Amino acid sequence: MTTEVKTTDQATPEMERNHEMQRKVFIPAVDILEKNDTYVVMADMPGVSEDAIDITLEKNVLTIHGTVKPVAHEGYELAYAEYEIGDYERSFTLTDDVDREKIEATLKNGVLHLTMPKAAPAIAKKISVKVA
Amino acid sequence: MLLHELNPLQQTLREVSRLQRDLNRIFGEGSVSHRRYRYPAVNVWSNENSVIVTCELPGFEPADIDISVEDGVLKISGERKPVELNENERYHRRERETGKFSRLVRMPYQIDSDGVEAHFKNGVLTITLPRAEADKPRKIEIKSA
Repeated sequence: MTTEVKTTDQATPEMERNHEMQRKVFIPAVDILEKNDTYVVMADMPGVSEDAIDITLEKNVLTIHGTVKPVAHEGYELAYAEYEIGDYERSFTLTDDVDREKIEATLKNGVLHLTMPKAAPAIAKKISVKVA
Repeated sequence: MLLHELNPLQQTLREVSRLQRDLNRIFGEGSVSHRRYRYPAVNVWSNENSVIVTCELPGFEPADIDISVEDGVLKISGERKPVELNENERYHRRERETGKFSRLVRMPYQIDSDGVEAHFKNGVLTITLPRAEADKPRKIEIKSA
């Protein structure tokens, strides 16, 4: 018994790496809504907790990534499986009118809500022509 | 937007994969419609004394979900309501399904319906169903006369 535990301990980093590589990544289903002054993105990411969400903005590409910790049911055997556990990732290209500084994200009941306010339209500047 | 011209081989490959997708759609393999017949997908864990059923129900509130057990069959039903749009609001993309669902899952043995517990966290529903005492295997002692 002791040796068995030891072996697993030693193999852990490698197993974890393997696990990371083997873990499936799903594309979450999303709704994108345009309101008067904001865009709202809703993404289904069941199983993701608030601290496991990663949102990055690189240039114009906004990427959402959610990590799911698989739940092990001690003392139970998986008798029947219809769905698989995996992480979620999806990228969006933002249009120019999104105010990058004001993007907000909330997570509720496994749905990520991104609120992206539209930037105030650039005020047209009137250039007067001076008479020489 | 086509960024670069495709060569004939790439064009053929693209045709082939498009054809494959069409065929898959017709015959149902790997298609989305397959999922619609059985929503939500469930995973079932069991041992001799109880069963755990999990399913993913993102966007539901616990109050929107009904769970009942009758005759060794678990029933999960509920409704995900669509977002109501005001004027000047519109969808650019709509992939998340809404509406009512009802799903039946047969249990491997009789369930003690009073002992059923359900938890809902991060859009994942976990139901624990204990086996009915009367249904548990009983060891019968042989009495010597």
